Amino acid sequence: MTDVSLERVPLPVGSIGRRATGWWAMLFIVATEAAIFAYLLFSYYFFAIQPHSAPWPPGGPPEMKLALPNTIVLLASSGVVWWGEQGIRRGRSRRLALALLIAFVLGAIFVGVQFLEWSHKTFSFSSGVFGSLYFTITGFHMAHVAVGLVVLLVMALWSALGCFNAVRHAAISTGTLYWHFVDVVWLAVFFTFYITPRIG
Amino acid sequence: MSLAEYQRVPTIAAHDYESSFARKLERMWETRPGLIGWLGTVDHKEIGIRYIVTAFVFLILGGIEALIMRVQLAQPNEHVLTPEQYDQLFTTHGMTMIFLYSMPVLSGFSNYLWPLILGSRDMAMPRLNALSYWVYLCSGIFMYAGFVVGAGPNAGWFNYPPYSSATFNPGFNIDIYALGMVLFGISTTVGGINFMVTALRARAPGMSINRLPILIWGTLTASAGNLLAVPSVSLAFLMLWMDRRLGTHFFDAASEGQPLLWQHLFWIFGHPWVYAIVLPAMGMVSDGLPVFCRRPLVGYSAVALATVITMVIGFGVWVHHMFATGLPNLGLSFFSAASLVIVIPSAVSVFAWTATIWTGRVVFTSAFMFYASFIVLFVIGGVSGFMTASVPVDWQLTDTYFGVAHLHYVLIGINVFPVVGALYFWFPKMTGRMLSERLGRWNFWTMFIGFNLAFFPMHIVGLLGMPRRIYTYPTDYGWNTNNMIISIGAFLFAIGVALLIANIAISLRRGRVAGPNPWDAPTLEWATPSPPPPYNFVVIPTVASRHPLWEDRLNESTCESSIRTGAELDNDKEAIAVTALDAEPDVILKMPHDTVLPFLLSLCLTALFVGMAALTWWLVVAALVAGAVIAVAWLWPRAALGQTAETA
Repeated sequence: MTDVSLERVPLPVGSIGRRATGWWAMLFIVATEAAIFAYLLFSYYFFAIQPHSAPWPPGGPPEMKLALPNTIVLLASSGVVWWGEQGIRRGRSRRLALALLIAFVLGAIFVGVQFLEWSHKTFSFSSGVFGSLYFTITGFHMAHVAVGLVVLLVMALWSALGCFNAVRHAAISTGTLYWHFVDVVWLAVFFTFYITPRIG
Repeated sequence: MSLAEYQRVPTIAAHDYESSFARKLERMWETRPGLIGWLGTVDHKEIGIRYIVTAFVFLILGGIEALIMRVQLAQPNEHVLTPEQYDQLFTTHGMTMIFLYSMPVLSGFSNYLWPLILGSRDMAMPRLNALSYWVYLCSGIFMYAGFVVGAGPNAGWFNYPPYSSATFNPGFNIDIYALGMVLFGISTTVGGINFMVTALRARAPGMSINRLPILIWGTLTASAGNLLAVPSVSLAFLMLWMDRRLGTHFFDAASEGQPLLWQHLFWIFGHPWVYAIVLPAMGMVSDGLPVFCRRPLVGYSAVALATVITMVIGFGVWVHHMFATGLPNLGLSFFSAASLVIVIPSAVSVFAWTATIWTGRVVFTSAFMFYASFIVLFVIGGVSGFMTASVPVDWQLTDTYFGVAHLHYVLIGINVFPVVGALYFWFPKMTGRMLSERLGRWNFWTMFIGFNLAFFPMHIVGLLGMPRRIYTYPTDYGWNTNNMIISIGAFLFAIGVALLIANIAISLRRGRVAGPNPWDAPTLEWATPSPPPPYNFVVIPTVASRHPLWEDRLNESTCESSIRTGAELDNDKEAIAVTALDAEPDVILKMPHDTVLPFLLSLCLTALFVGMAALTWWLVVAALVAGAVIAVAWLWPRAALGQTAETA
């Protein structure tokens, strides 16, 4: 006999919550994506500590007027997604669909405000190193938000079609994990561009 | 439907590979004939062999490039090549060997072997597996497209700006290399994720973390390293491309950019990558060598830990590639110390292999010769690495042929020799036929002598001050004899590789029939027929020790593994997932059938990068939209995969 046994043990079948292969894969996607942002911010700090011939950042620390509320909007979307996922755990498909749609709207607002902020900048992508860093790093994050918005919309569609119930909703657990990552990693980007110039 | 769909007690039964039950599994798991079947297969064995064959094609291409260079360098003042042709050749040779051969060939072996070694029916994510292969193939063709039309990369494989900046290198050479590397990075990342999840989940019940064969440890460690390191180089190449074509200033010193940032980002990736392309190969030795010593590996736990620790330290040594850049001495000292420390885990493994041979009863097969010679070459390459880890020695030797000697001892010694050994060892499993041992001896000695003849004198010309990457040299520097010997050695080594290919070609048709376990080896892959059927295991085995097929003579454990009797899992394509550490049964996985979606997605990704290289934005947008549609179709929840709510 062996020290583990398959005899008489009922096993779950298929994709269920944190037993689903896709959920495990998402953990590693998040790890490698987090590494991308770590290297992006490494590049920023590599330049930030060099001697500069012009003020760094150009025009002083970036304004918080739009970025701070926008950060709160993005974090709120994570909260809403969490509320929706708690719902499907009790089988509430429509609450989940609603939550995903609200999160989609909040995410879209974030993108809109971010474009507004971009249009107010006095520097550009190609005007100097700071501009290259700022637009590349926030652009990378925007690209992730854009992917996240598609994910939210598709998940909302699946929920509305009644694909999920209290047991079967691994796709939701996996997709929301990605969205939470996109929101959390923004805090690192926000801290780097908006807070560190004020404390350094 | 009923609650029974959500959970089930697996039926336990005994079946053999001739039974009607096996035929039923065969119909369920086999790849359909025809082009669609060929493009759509998700069978890890098929994908693994494709990886190995493709990587060998690149090995041969890179080898031919090296031979042309050795003709040019055989004598002083040769003019076989122009300087520009030489630049493209040595860069393409590096790109081919380091990226398109050495990692993919190991991914190929791991893809083929993992589920068989782990007692599973496939990798955890078979469709992702297909995607990683197709993207690899596309990225290889993409990167070679430039070379074929005379716009190959020409700034060295580590591609330092300003050599690689648009100001000094205005052609498309570097754009194609840069974008191709990002595409290749996607393949590596996707494959790495699959290996991670497979190692943690898709194993036979009972194969707890302390029973994993060392190959699993090697590829697992390499994959974890890749997931954290590859983003660095992908980002660097993307930033370089943006500098060149979109007007950013990251590496452009004229606008306060920092060429040195490139070196940091490249080597933060580059050094873990070195371990990623050797640790799985060392794993293949750790699992194969003991079979020919007729005993288990000495110091299993120490070797497994050394594998992981090597990679961990490997993330803290990248600056030793940059000792000559003028960084502060205090910083250099730390990186020098960390680089010296890596000797310790490496030595642990070397002593474990040596002790295994010393205390074993050696059977001198071709596979053993390749494995054992790897230890010698690893020690030589290790010592020259240890030397250059010291800052003053590095200052003397940097950018000379000494470095070229070191990296070839490491990459050929620790990658190619174990790979050829692994081919002799596992070829019978893959094809059902043995490779010729007689031809194997010729193969081994030509490669071994040719290799040392080609690369050992490089240490000497390096010490004599010959810089790397020069396209020719004057008569009176005292390098002539050694360079002639090197070129002769290179051709002898090439003849050795040709003998290997001849052996494969002949043995595929006329080799002795292998049977399931020709070497009397201890691990699970040898419990299947050769070649294994599409479903690998007719019932899911349960594992009770590190050497399931040697339990009758080792008395390692009070329990016995169960291979003939196990869970049937025959309700469509099914496999089992276990808990990550203890390998307790956790869930019955519904496995996907063949699909062309991964192939189509790889085409979209390639179109995306073609669009970027050509600055054709409509193609970029079209590829993104098409890719998103395919991704949604791929991930659409399916009842057959147990992803949707059962309807009443």
